[in-house]
Amino acid sequence: MINKTAVYVLWLREMKRFLRAKSRVVGALAMPLFFLAFLGLGFRRIAIPGVEGGVNYIHFLVPGILGMSLLFSSTFAGLSVLWDREFGFLKEIMVAPVNRVSIVLGRIVGGMTTGIIQAVLILAISMAVGFRVSNIISLLGSVVFMVLIAATFIGMGLIFASKMKDMQGFSIIMNFVIFPLFFLSGALYPLDNFPSWLKYLSHLDPLTYGVDGLRGILIGISSFSPLINFSVLAFFSLIMIFLGAYFFEKSESV
Amino acid sequence: MDAIKVANLTKKFNGFTAVDNLSFSVKTGELFGLLGPNGAGKTTTINMLSTLLKPTSGYGEVAGFDILKNRDEVRQSIGVVFQEPALDIKLTGKENLDFHAMMYGLKREERKRRIKEVLELVELTEKAKVLVENYSGGMKRRLEIARGLIHRPKVLFLDEPTLGLDAQTRRHIWDYIKKLNREAKVTIILTTHYMEEADYLCQRVAIIDNGKIVVMDSPSKLKDILGGDVVSLEIEGKMDSLVDRFQSQDWIKTVTSHNNHLSLTMEKGERKIPELINIAHENDNKVRCVNLRKPSLEDVFIHFTGTTIRDREASQNERNREKLRRRFRRRR
Repeated sequence: MINKTAVYVLWLREMKRFLRAKSRVVGALAMPLFFLAFLGLGFRRIAIPGVEGGVNYIHFLVPGILGMSLLFSSTFAGLSVLWDREFGFLKEIMVAPVNRVSIVLGRIVGGMTTGIIQAVLILAISMAVGFRVSNIISLLGSVVFMVLIAATFIGMGLIFASKMKDMQGFSIIMNFVIFPLFFLSGALYPLDNFPSWLKYLSHLDPLTYGVDGLRGILIGISSFSPLINFSVLAFFSLIMIFLGAYFFEKSESV
Repeated sequence: MDAIKVANLTKKFNGFTAVDNLSFSVKTGELFGLLGPNGAGKTTTINMLSTLLKPTSGYGEVAGFDILKNRDEVRQSIGVVFQEPALDIKLTGKENLDFHAMMYGLKREERKRRIKEVLELVELTEKAKVLVENYSGGMKRRLEIARGLIHRPKVLFLDEPTLGLDAQTRRHIWDYIKKLNREAKVTIILTTHYMEEADYLCQRVAIIDNGKIVVMDSPSKLKDILGGDVVSLEIEGKMDSLVDRFQSQDWIKTVTSHNNHLSLTMEKGERKIPELINIAHENDNKVRCVNLRKPSLEDVFIHFTGTTIRDREASQNERNREKLRRRFRRRR
């Protein structure tokens, strides 16, 4: 059923484009690193409300910034269908004798790889300047959460892409979807300070569980148990991938 | 055997009928053309036959497979060169071909061999390792034609294969297309709004206007319908009575008027010109300009639709310009 060669070649294309677009990679890394550097330095001496035991803010921030990087890169990866449509390449893909599920899968695997490479780079840079994780296993565990975050938001990007004709609506998605999801997720601050209605809203944000899961596994601070974070996020990612694939298949490619 | 069979194919977009009850068939090995102005429904027809669009109603068959029920088999049997470039410009020419060959399931050895062959065919071997964003328009077209051939399709669709290319490159592409059809025995169906392209390339042409086939035959037979020569006159004064006068002459086969131009067809046109001018004078018309030529497909189009292909397009010019603008923005 799934055409492995097609998934592979679509993934390979993503990798080639990623490695060639050096400026894009630098650009994609710059924003999260600036957030990390300036917020981290600016709030260096601050006591994080609701978090005990004198945790350094920058340690609190790193998992949030990883979540942010994944949120942005994965949504863009899903939306990149629109670029392919704009440049005509989508027709070349859609006219090939490959079932649509494999095409969606190729896109997801490609976007996931590039997103996780960027997140791992950010993690490595953070560790180089002093971020400490409890052990190696927690590093591997964090990759599991990265995969789930990426899958969720690539799926979301695909849903948007199939409902849009071109990149015109891009800034709307940026301002009214991506940024609210980011701020609601508790990537920059603990959610305990939110008024309760906003807190409930944040519980509907998949990234909340992603960031909390990463934080739990990397620095041992979390609001939910790892199992809850994992299960809720896995649930979200399955739904998003399914809906993304469904809408992608339904949308016309010309 | 027929490579393509289409019966009552129709596509509507929000109430607008782009393709209206189209029926035709293309024989295996044939080079068939859909000729018509922009917006006539040619691209929509190609998109339906290549499984990118679902028809609103009607039946279509490509290489023996139903375009709705056997989409994957149809996809495996066809090569498509779209009107607008469909290349990944961030990949090299060879990588674009590799991508295609793998998507179509070619094994490593065959992939290598076929890519080498098609690159030679379109004379791009030396540019194979250059990123496509550095290709010229003509090179991109040739690469796309090469790509469409890698998996040895039974039917090749070419949607406006020379749109926006310079005269020399156009000639080149024409020769490739002819060679392909002759040597590789590929059935080719192409769309064009260039009369001379259809005339030069196609064994059979369907003239299509407003989503319908107006007439369909070989270019030479289509031109024979008009019979003999075409004399066009530019006239000053009332047209209607003059048209009537011309129509009553039994040696004038057809009369078509268009603004202040008249196109008449007749045998031995060069000997009849004085008489035509006399008739015009008798009707108090002044003849500003006379032109005699062998009929072209343009004349056939005028004959059957009562307008020139250019005028048909004029109403859509604004839209086309917008489209071109978008294309150019994209290339930058």
